Amino acid sequence: MAGAKRRSAAPVIGVMAVQGDFREHLDTLASIGALTREVRLPEDLEGVSGLILPGGESTAMRKLYERWNLVAPIKALAASGAPILGTCAGAILLATKITDGDTPVLSLIDMEVQRNAFGRQLESFETTLTMQSLKPGGGATPLRAVFIRAPEIVRVGPAATVIAQLPDGKIVAARQGNVVGISFHPEIAGETRLHRWVLEQAAQHARRG
Amino acid sequence: MKKRSAPAKTKVAKSTWATKRGLAQMLKGGVIMDVVTPAEAKIAEEAGAVAVMALERVPSDIRRDGGVARMSDPDMIKGILDAVSIPVMAKARIGHHVEAQILEALDVDYIDESEVLTPADDRFHINKHEFRVPFVCGCKDLGEALRRINEGAAMMRTKGEAGTGNIVEAVRHIRTVSEQIEALKGQSEKRLRAAAKEMRVPYELVKVTVKAGRLPVVNFVAGGIATPADAALSMWLGADGVFVGSGIFKAKNPAKTAAAIVQATTHWSNPTILAEVSAGIGEAMKGIEMRTIPESERLSSRGW
Repeated sequence: MAGAKRRSAAPVIGVMAVQGDFREHLDTLASIGALTREVRLPEDLEGVSGLILPGGESTAMRKLYERWNLVAPIKALAASGAPILGTCAGAILLATKITDGDTPVLSLIDMEVQRNAFGRQLESFETTLTMQSLKPGGGATPLRAVFIRAPEIVRVGPAATVIAQLPDGKIVAARQGNVVGISFHPEIAGETRLHRWVLEQAAQHARRG
Repeated sequence: MKKRSAPAKTKVAKSTWATKRGLAQMLKGGVIMDVVTPAEAKIAEEAGAVAVMALERVPSDIRRDGGVARMSDPDMIKGILDAVSIPVMAKARIGHHVEAQILEALDVDYIDESEVLTPADDRFHINKHEFRVPFVCGCKDLGEALRRINEGAAMMRTKGEAGTGNIVEAVRHIRTVSEQIEALKGQSEKRLRAAAKEMRVPYELVKVTVKAGRLPVVNFVAGGIATPADAALSMWLGADGVFVGSGIFKAKNPAKTAAAIVQATTHWSNPTILAEVSAGIGEAMKGIEMRTIPESERLSSRGW
C-alpha cells in the first residue's frame, strides 16, 4: 500500500469474499457499526484499514487467492500495520506451515496448523473457552466458540503468541502483532469481541494513515 | 487436571444446530461437485470444489439407465472419503432411514436426501432430527423447503431437473422460493398463520423466514447447471452456492469446466471475468429440452 494516501476517519473493514461465510462476518461488523467491503480482487483492498479472512474451504480459497493475485496485496496490508483476523480456513491461510505438505499461502503468523485436526463433521462442536484479551494489560475472559471441521494450531513459533487453548491444551488461537488467527467461528456464535478489536485497530491504523 | 480458573460452561456439545447449519455456511460461495470415483473427487478438489457428492452414477446416467437408483456402495464412498480433504456428501433415498444410518456410520460430512435416487417411502421423508450428521434436501417451493427444515434439514437446495444440463427448472424453483417469501413480507400475523397452516409448518418457522427475507438455512441451487454462466445466473438469483452434477464429468473437459465454474461462482457479478473464464473450456454436456421429458419421468416431482 502506498501509505501516503489520506484515509477518512471512519475505517473500512474488508472481508475476503471469494468463498465461505463472509456474509456472517459482514453482518457481525455491521452490527457494531463498521463500514465494510467485500474483497474478491486486489483493487477491492484499496483504502481498506482492516481485513477479515472468513471460514470456508481453504483449498478452494487458496486457488482463488492465487489466481487473482491477492496474496501480495494482503501481505502488504498486514505489513502496513492494519489488523487482520482469520477464522478457521482464514487461519490456515495465515500460517507459516500447514501439516502434511500443503504450501503456506500468506505466512503471516509463525505457526503450524493441521487441517481437520478434530476429525470430520460429526466431531464438529461448540464450547466456551478462555481467550486472552487482545488489548495490552487485558485479562482472559470466556468466549463462545463453534468449531466446524476445525484446524488445530499444532505449534507456535517464537514470533507468535498463544491466545486461547482448549482444556486439553490444544492451541486454537494465536497472534503475531496485528494478525490474529483462530480455529473457530465467533461470527456464527454471536460473539463480537474480535470484530470490535479489528474495528478499533483499523480506526487507529486509518488515523496513522 | 482441571484448572480452577476455567469458566463454568466448558462442556463440549457436538451435532448441534449451530454445527450442522454451520458447515453449510462454510460452503457458501462455493461449488459442490458430483463424483463417482476417487480420481474424479481429486479432480474436483484440485479445481477448487468446496465439497464433493459421492454417488454411483451421475444423474444423467441414472436417467439413461432407468431402474431403481439407491445409495452407493460403502466401499466406493470410503474410497472418496480417503481421497480428498474437503467435505464429502452422499445421497440416501427419500424416506430411507437405514441408508441414512449407514451413511452416518461411514462418517460422511453431509447426507443428501435426494430425489435423484428412487424414493423409498411415499409418505414420509427421513426424520432428520434423529441423526447426528446434517442433511441437505431438495425443494421446488417455499412450503417444501420449510417442511424439510422442520424435519431437521440444515441446508436446502432447489431441485431443478437433475441430469438434464438444462437450467430452466432450477431458475423456476429458486425464483418461486424467493417470490413466495417476498409475497409474505409485511403480511399480518393472521395471514402468516394461514400460510403456515397451508404449508403444514409451524408459524414460528414462517415468521423467522419472512423476517430474515430468506430461508433460515443456507440454500444452494442444483439441477441442470452445465456452464460457468449457469452457475453465475444461480448466484445472481440469490443462491448461496451451487451443486453441479452431470455438468462437470459429462463435459468435454471436466477439469477445465470445473475450475471455470468455481471462478464463475465467486465472480458471478463481474461479466469481464465471466467472459474470461468461459472461454476455451470445450463443449458443455449436451443437455435435454424439458418438453421431451414426460411429467412422470421428472425427478423434481419426487418428494412433496
